[in-house]
Amino acid sequence: MKITQEEVAHVAMLARLELNAGEMEEIAGQLNDILEYVDKLNRLDTTDVPPTMHVLPLANVFREDEPRPCLSREEVLANAPEAEDGMFRIPPVIE
Amino acid sequence: MSKYETVIGLEVHVELSTKTKIFCSCPTDFGSAPNTNVCPICLGMPGTLPVLNRKAVEYAIKAALALNCHVPSYAKFDRKNYFYPDLPKAYQISQYDLPLAVHGYLEIECDGVKRRIGINRVHLEEDAGKLVHSEFGDYSLADYNRGGVPLIEIVTEPDLRSPAEAKAFLEKLKSIMLYTGVSDVKMEEGSLRCDANISLRPVGADYFGVRTEIKNMNSFRAVQRGLEYEEQRHLEILSAGGELVQETRRWDEDKGVTYAMRSKEEAEDYRYFPDPDLVPVIVDEAWVEEIRKSLPEMPEERRQRYMAEWGLSSYDAEVITASKAMADFFEAVMADYHDAKTAANWMMGEIAKHLNAAGIEINESRLTPAHLLELLKLVDEGTISGTIAKTVFAEVFESGKMPAEIVREKGLVQITDEGAIAAIVDQVIKDNPKPVADYREGKAKAIGFLVGQVMKLSRGKANPELANRLLRERLDSQLD
Repeated sequence: MKITQEEVAHVAMLARLELNAGEMEEIAGQLNDILEYVDKLNRLDTTDVPPTMHVLPLANVFREDEPRPCLSREEVLANAPEAEDGMFRIPPVIE
Repeated sequence: MSKYETVIGLEVHVELSTKTKIFCSCPTDFGSAPNTNVCPICLGMPGTLPVLNRKAVEYAIKAALALNCHVPSYAKFDRKNYFYPDLPKAYQISQYDLPLAVHGYLEIECDGVKRRIGINRVHLEEDAGKLVHSEFGDYSLADYNRGGVPLIEIVTEPDLRSPAEAKAFLEKLKSIMLYTGVSDVKMEEGSLRCDANISLRPVGADYFGVRTEIKNMNSFRAVQRGLEYEEQRHLEILSAGGELVQETRRWDEDKGVTYAMRSKEEAEDYRYFPDPDLVPVIVDEAWVEEIRKSLPEMPEERRQRYMAEWGLSSYDAEVITASKAMADFFEAVMADYHDAKTAANWMMGEIAKHLNAAGIEINESRLTPAHLLELLKLVDEGTISGTIAKTVFAEVFESGKMPAEIVREKGLVQITDEGAIAAIVDQVIKDNPKPVADYREGKAKAIGFLVGQVMKLSRGKANPELANRLLRERLDSQLD
């Protein structure tokens, strides 16, 4: 498994990371090291081992459907760089 | 369309009517002031942990069972990653490869043809917040009240073959969701939303054509229109030997067209992975059975029962059971009434007419089963005529007053006194020599007109049978 520079560029774009050519090469190398290391696991025979979806020995942790108090509007917007009409004001989003 | 076959699949989102959100205890009330139903969890603050609402799981399973789905014993939640400010966490908690339910179906009927539409999956996820865009497009505003409201996403197999079938599917789905009570299914409040995929292929082909996805259809009618538009657009491109582009298109309701949405190709790369903050859901058979038992009688079963128990026609039973509220109303009436056909005619006639005109459901009106019962009894006892009953009903619908009270107030009691009607009959015979002559010349139909005149003169209060009999007696005897 060899990760290409194009794949790094693609993943960086999805994560909204801006990488220069040098960083791109460096990260491709690092990702390859990680993938190679993880690839060692593939040498194990896991035929009878169920996939691990979760590491915690827990299931069915629920809450009951009962409302509890929310934050006040002031608290909600306290850290907002900008607010208007009780809403977060954000850069324009155009579909 | 002879050369091509249309293939449609739907993705329907239904908001569940839980009191609180899926992963936190904020209320789900619609229409609250912006950002008043939010907390650190649904705002995606660092260090918070989501905890699953048991009711949301039960509602989702209930809906899935009503759609004839299989509920696997193990389900998990995954993060769907994308950057869009309607999600404060930059991911949506959804389900990827192990959804709550799979492999269901729904029977629909369209243009007299019954078809079984496969349900690929039903999964549980959180809704996103709402964005408002400024008039000049220079900024947007985010309200996270809706963020975290529980949704089920219902994905059909590509089994639908026409836009009309897609609409029929949605109507049936809405009816079933209302029956189960898991959602109030109000499209205008966004508690049911639908995206559609459509493609065309040569008749008999075993592959699929290039599909487009349509978004932003805000009514069942819009879904049908949007699909009809796309169907035609595909047909024109294919017939001209052109090639379609797989893309997402937006329906413009006012212009009646779809147009391609600006979207990057990679946008569909969501990099799902299991949400480490949430533990798996294990649904054992006992739990499924418990939920199955809580399912009410579904429309199809009710239809069968109405036919067997009350002798209603298949059509009448279908119309009445399509809405749970209508069917419940009908059953409440029938608990105290004997003539199902007459009650059904009222439901499908006057009641449906007034509800449609007002644009409301029966449970949103002032009408109660007691109103209809009293009205039916007034007619049966001969206190008012069928015609007057319609007038009385209109007022019942408006005011919520009891029919007997309206009849008393307005003096609408039927005239059953022979002498009184005879006087009116004589008057009508005198005033209408032409129809009288027609009748005597053997034109039996003229009697209808004359009865109508008696009714008119008595302002609808004459007993029609009596009027008819007295008219005939007089006209026939004067023949000799």
